[in-house]
Amino acid sequence: IVHKLIKLQIHFVLLISRQGKVRLTKWYSPYSQKERSKVIRELSGIVLNRGPKLCNFVEWRGHRVVYRRYAGLYFCMCIDEADNELEVLDIIHHFVEILDRYFGSVCELDLIFNFHKAYYILDEVLIAGEFQESSKRTIIRLLSTHDSMVEMAKEEATSIGNMIAQVTK
Amino acid sequence: MNPFSSGTRLRDMIRAIRACKTAAEERAVVRKECAAIRAAINENDQDYRHRNLAKLMFIHMLGYPTHFGQMECLKLIASPGFPEKRIGYLGLMLLLDERQEVLMLVTNSVKQDLNHTNQYIVGLALCALGNICSAEMARDLAPEVERLLQFRDPNIRKKAALCSIRIIKKVPDLAENFINPVAALLKEKHHGVLITGIQLCTDLCKVSPEALEYFRKKCTDGLVRTLRDLVNSPYAPEYDIAGITDPFLHIRLLKLLRVLGQGDADASDAMNDILAQVATKTESNKNAGNAILYECVETIMSIEDNGGLRVLAINILGRFLSNRDNNIRYVALNMLMRAITVDAQAVQRHRSTILECVKDSDASIRKRALELVYLLVNESNVKPLTKELVDYLEVSDQDFKGDLTAKICSIIEKFSPEKIWYIDQMLKVLTEAGNFVKDEVWHALVVVISNASDLHGYTVRALFRALQTTAEQESLVRVAVWCIGEYGDLLVNNAGMLNVEDPITVTESDAVDVVESAIKRHASDLTTKSMALIALLKLSSRFPSCSGRIKDIVVQHKGSLVLELQQRSLEFNSIIEKHQNIRSALVERMPVLDEASFGGRRASSLPNTVSTSNGTAVKLPNGVAKPSAAPLVDLLDLSDDVPAPSSSGGDFLQDLLGVDLAPATQSGTSQAPKAGTDVLLDLLSIGSNPAQDNSVSTPDILSSAQDHKPAIASLDVLAAPSNMMDLLDGFTPAPPKPANNGPAYPSIVAFESSSLRLTFNFSKQPGNPQTTTISGTFTNLSSNVFTDFVFQAAVPKFLQLHLDPASGNSLPASGNGTITQSLKVTNSQHGKKPLVMRLRIAYKVDGKDVLEEGQINNFPRDL
Repeated sequence: IVHKLIKLQIHFVLLISRQGKVRLTKWYSPYSQKERSKVIRELSGIVLNRGPKLCNFVEWRGHRVVYRRYAGLYFCMCIDEADNELEVLDIIHHFVEILDRYFGSVCELDLIFNFHKAYYILDEVLIAGEFQESSKRTIIRLLSTHDSMVEMAKEEATSIGNMIAQVTK
Repeated sequence: MNPFSSGTRLRDMIRAIRACKTAAEERAVVRKECAAIRAAINENDQDYRHRNLAKLMFIHMLGYPTHFGQMECLKLIASPGFPEKRIGYLGLMLLLDERQEVLMLVTNSVKQDLNHTNQYIVGLALCALGNICSAEMARDLAPEVERLLQFRDPNIRKKAALCSIRIIKKVPDLAENFINPVAALLKEKHHGVLITGIQLCTDLCKVSPEALEYFRKKCTDGLVRTLRDLVNSPYAPEYDIAGITDPFLHIRLLKLLRVLGQGDADASDAMNDILAQVATKTESNKNAGNAILYECVETIMSIEDNGGLRVLAINILGRFLSNRDNNIRYVALNMLMRAITVDAQAVQRHRSTILECVKDSDASIRKRALELVYLLVNESNVKPLTKELVDYLEVSDQDFKGDLTAKICSIIEKFSPEKIWYIDQMLKVLTEAGNFVKDEVWHALVVVISNASDLHGYTVRALFRALQTTAEQESLVRVAVWCIGEYGDLLVNNAGMLNVEDPITVTESDAVDVVESAIKRHASDLTTKSMALIALLKLSSRFPSCSGRIKDIVVQHKGSLVLELQQRSLEFNSIIEKHQNIRSALVERMPVLDEASFGGRRASSLPNTVSTSNGTAVKLPNGVAKPSAAPLVDLLDLSDDVPAPSSSGGDFLQDLLGVDLAPATQSGTSQAPKAGTDVLLDLLSIGSNPAQDNSVSTPDILSSAQDHKPAIASLDVLAAPSNMMDLLDGFTPAPPKPANNGPAYPSIVAFESSSLRLTFNFSKQPGNPQTTTISGTFTNLSSNVFTDFVFQAAVPKFLQLHLDPASGNSLPASGNGTITQSLKVTNSQHGKKPLVMRLRIAYKVDGKDVLEEGQINNFPRDL
């Protein structure tokens, strides 16, 4: 997979469980489906096999992958070789803290059953592979606004449904 | 359950998939779900479209195909409600990528959503556009995005800014439209807007020189002020990370300042103070602080030179390098690599620390450190550095040895101050990691050894010692076997002893032991075994006392199942048994290998411009390439000091070398008969006039010992069964006679150099199978006309050659015309021996004489 990728801060984000299950993938650079599964396979092989206490960076196909382990989950971000690895570690941590705040002490199951919400959160942290917002409070506020809009729409739908049911009874 | 519902809830599907114990079970669940979703799609079910898409996304994440759901995303995006649009856009980003045509269908919906009255819907559209927009969409939607940069809510402005980055990267021409709105974003207070605005500004500067010029003039001071305020800002809980207010904003400001300062002294000047402040005041006990220092050092290194700042930056890297945190050391190594171009001296000061990092337990750090050490090596430090690396080779991880060995060999080759040091170091590497040494590296070592005549004894003894302790490093065994074969006598009699050496007692039988164990060792590959056989042949003459034993070893391999070994042992056995009188001449020490041409050939495989006889030997069309075994060259190599063959062996030798040719015929319209004789003598180069310097031509014709390729070429001559007939004196069964003389023989390229090609077509008269009519066609491959073109050919005794006059003596350039030449060859050993021919072609290019020679071994069989 040799790409002439446009320079981005982050080419893709991967969340892999210790068992090698994919929990989230987000591609900011164009990779075909085939390439995506290859990347996931290769990287989980590399990252999951690294021992503890080693540095959080691996070199991979001319790029650098910054990863950080939280409990049984590996958060990986692929960046350009000349970019700031240390900052990407902070970006990962920023994302994790927001997940934690949103779900209230997040665990892997939250990310499995509410995987779409994990994506919504990521979309508030990164767009186009670039960093978007440094205030966790702002992001949480936005997310809860979105959620309440969804709730409102649901209630509306049920109340309409009830009204129809009343009328047709 | 509702009869209209399409199956299970999302949560239930995930549970069912998680409960699967095998991949097959999982596939079955997924198949069932996909079938239900497809059915719902076909029915155009609206109530559960939302849930079905969520399910598809989960299935997609597991790696199953979900293309059939792509249109559902578009339908959801086109629905009026926020929840539908939200999941629709998520599906769009997950299931599609920018290269899919379906994406074009969504442009209109996105456009409407960008103009939606609900700002959260605008946000959804911006996010999707930023993540997946194609160049076409970028062109269509750029005006909307540009307008949204001034939207009242900052959360939309920041999304629009990142979306703009994607747009200008896809379509750089659009950059100038964004310059003015971005200048306004840089003055904002909202961190999200500021961060994204600065990022957009940085990217604009990269794609557009006008933008760079504009921002450099108008915004540098303002950005410096923003950074200063940020650095000095009081504690802000919302943005605080490890006591630093918004490190993300810090880093983006430093990045933009780097772009503005690069190549501009005034802008660089304007930011000096704040950079110094960041470099000195930032706390470096947490990752966030170090990330800022990283960016600050990068900026200092990139902007226009300010000596003081650079010292500061290098010192920060020094501190990084001695940090206990692996991450910090890793980035330090990386940055020092870039700093070498700025201040190599300063980086050299950290050499010992960097060397320690090569031995780190972390593979990522080791790799970085090794790259860096490689850049730090120079003439003055090569010895201690190499020693450290070689010492480490002993204890390093197996999977690191390959990289490490390659780098060490490259350092030794590049900076070696003297031959003995080179040989010593290479022997150490071979002993520790011979299995990781590439072929060309030990080939080069053999060339160096061959050239260091005063070190032959020293080297062979050192190799013998090394082999006593380490016998499982393949390339060590090869080099040792080669040296023992060549210089075995020096090993036994301790000749050429250096002061640094301890004398060793090696008997002839000990030396043979070593070679024998190499050939018997199970792990030895074919090349090693072949080399060992040659070494034995050589030793059989050097050590007469072991001759019988060597013969036994050779005989054992006559039954080898490996053809190459079988053949060699048959040949060598024949030499040992039947040709005692010429053996010593055959196994003479190899002439010194030419370092320059060997190195040159390694450096580039470009053909020589004017083909010399050496060059043509390389390009001789050969049969199948045989494994390289340089020492065999010796066998064919007649140097000046070869004693004249005695009468009984003479025939054999001449036959072997193929030089005792039948009275050859020559053609050439302009060639005087008298002169032709001389040329022929030269060509035959045995028994020629002593005044003639045949020392050049003989080895050249037979085999150029100057590099490996000719060695292989001549090896083929020897190894191809067809040519070996004479040597084996007929105890190889004759090839079966063809039932009849089929008229069709394939044409061959008989000779090809960089400038000339000769092709042969064959035909036979029915009823006269011994005679072949050959029609030769010469083509000029160069761009110069060849004049005074003369072709000569010679064949061994068992052949008769008749040359007709050539069609001309001038050959137009670039293949615009040919010379044809017909030859008639009669093979007295038809069916037993194939044709073989040596040729010489002389012509003039621009008045300069050019001579090309070659031997044709690739005649079709049975001619």
